[in-house]
Amino acid sequence: MSEQTNLRSQEGPYFGEYGGRFVPESLIAALDELDATYKTAKADPSFAAELAELNKTYVGRPSIITEVPKFAKLAGDIRVFLKREDLNHTGSHKINNVIGQALLAKRMGKRRIIAETGAGQHGVASATAAALFGLECVVYMGEVDTQRQALNVARMQLLGATVIPVTTGSRTLKDAINEALRDWVTNVEDTHYLLGTVAGPHPFPTMVRDFHSIIGIESRQQMLDDYGFLPDVLAACVGGGSNAIGLFHAFLDDASVKLWGFEAAGEGIDTPRHAATLSKGKVGVLHGAKSYMLQDEDGQTVESHSISAGLDYPGVGPEHAWLKDISRAEYFGITDDQAMQALKALSQTEGIIPAIETAHALAGVIEYGHNLPAGSSILVNLSGRGDKDMETVGKYFGFLGSN
Amino acid sequence: MSKTADVLNELDSKNEPALIGYFPAGFPTLDASIAACIAMCEAGVDVLELGVPYSDPVMDGLVIQEATEQALSNGFKLKDLFPALRAITAAVKTPVLVMSYWNPILQYGVEKFARDLKDAGGAGLITPDLIPDEAKQWLDISDELDLDRVFLATPSSSKERLATSANLSRGFVYAVSTMGITGAREDLDRKARDVVAGVKDSGTSTPVCVGIGISTAAQVAEVNSYADGAIVGSLFIKAYLAGGIAVLSSTVTELKSGSK
Repeated sequence: MSEQTNLRSQEGPYFGEYGGRFVPESLIAALDELDATYKTAKADPSFAAELAELNKTYVGRPSIITEVPKFAKLAGDIRVFLKREDLNHTGSHKINNVIGQALLAKRMGKRRIIAETGAGQHGVASATAAALFGLECVVYMGEVDTQRQALNVARMQLLGATVIPVTTGSRTLKDAINEALRDWVTNVEDTHYLLGTVAGPHPFPTMVRDFHSIIGIESRQQMLDDYGFLPDVLAACVGGGSNAIGLFHAFLDDASVKLWGFEAAGEGIDTPRHAATLSKGKVGVLHGAKSYMLQDEDGQTVESHSISAGLDYPGVGPEHAWLKDISRAEYFGITDDQAMQALKALSQTEGIIPAIETAHALAGVIEYGHNLPAGSSILVNLSGRGDKDMETVGKYFGFLGSN
Repeated sequence: MSKTADVLNELDSKNEPALIGYFPAGFPTLDASIAACIAMCEAGVDVLELGVPYSDPVMDGLVIQEATEQALSNGFKLKDLFPALRAITAAVKTPVLVMSYWNPILQYGVEKFARDLKDAGGAGLITPDLIPDEAKQWLDISDELDLDRVFLATPSSSKERLATSANLSRGFVYAVSTMGITGAREDLDRKARDVVAGVKDSGTSTPVCVGIGISTAAQVAEVNSYADGAIVGSLFIKAYLAGGIAVLSSTVTELKSGSK
């Protein structure tokens, strides 16, 4: 860890051996244009000012930090703090990235944005930004997910977006990304692909991380200002990895702060039905980047499984792969049931209903918090609210009966 | 030297059009795909593109997606590629290039894949999602084994990138005719001419072939008037689905002869 003071300075295209641009030549001009536009915007104070104003007056930033002492008792003799991204407009951290990329789309003169979505949170956030900025919006969503998340489909349609059910492959998030990439290859001249996580070809992993890094920047300052110390541990759920990297990034060079990422272990990390890419995957290329992924010996992508649609993805962002390899961050699997129990626990101890995705991080706190010395503190990224999950939750706990 | 380039250059010198035909290995079964590929070569394709089925084919349209999905669900494994290649190259003299997305090759091992490809009589590799910038390992081993390597050139590629693609490709350069994915289109984009001209401007002697969107004999003829070959894929799958090897062969013959 001799390079530790420099971990925050990684700008891509590579994070160690991971990342890159494994895409058809047809997309290279668009990626170059996006990279150049983003670099220019990043150096332009007026872009930062516009983004800051929208964050303040539209998204509702800064998001607050809530200490949850009753929930913390479930995890031993420790203190637990929540960074409340669930209180953002549209109900999750996803809006941070969407606003940033929509501003870039306008700078590039693109009139149309496309997005992929699993649970629908990124699709809703994209449709929201499209409505705000007057852009046409098309959202690709696996047919299976459009059925599981019918209410979010209605939300996107209400916001003026077109939702296209994807009927190829496994008909879930991975196939929605394939279809969005195909659309982009075909319509690249007037279309921006608003990718929703820190995966994909460069510059997406770096750019999406930067737009979410406000989570960690705010948290670090809030902890110092309001509590006078940095947390011992940061905890976040990891699907593609956007909310986790958003929280982690500002702390990468704080050697005393441990980073814990919690992946979906589905029905069990030793069963075939999970989405624990970093824990159980192998290095490969998927959706334009080299990283860990779930695949068979022939390099065919293997279907993932999680009760949470937002973590149900067989890949993960390349920066996480690198943080794992250099042992700066640790990644653990949390089962569907552990997540659901943690969701219920936070709801009933603190009156905060988290998304099922987020509940994986909370379950991780309960599972691994006991190993920490007494008096330790954990800051959890409460990445999204659970309203969208009420049907799944209701059935799981029998509030709605089961089918 | 490249056998593929030799074939294309010879046709060019005789002023004959070149037809490059794609078919996926393992579709609908491994044996059937071998028979179909041999039939295509016998019916007149000048270069064969043997596709490797992949779970996430972002460059392919629906026809090829469905065919390769069927190949996978019928049990195609990557190791089946080499005996198929061996059977085809033993039966016909046509150069056979493998077309594969990058991850299967990465998992098999780039060097091992290249050696097994060579051993089985393959001429080289077309890599739709591997740009030269990321291809160090493949550039090295293909040089060592003198394998063809085909990179893409597209309407959005900069002048510099067109030149890189031309300089690093061997066998031919794959010019993408429209900004789109594979699949037959009625009107072939005029942009194809610009891409071919851009590649030729780099001063390369490597042949330039045009693909994506070609479905008629007239288009094959048109493409051959300014490029060194026409690449056809989806149409052959449709032909096979319509009437097996008989219709596949007659479609090849029609595209080839109609273009003379």
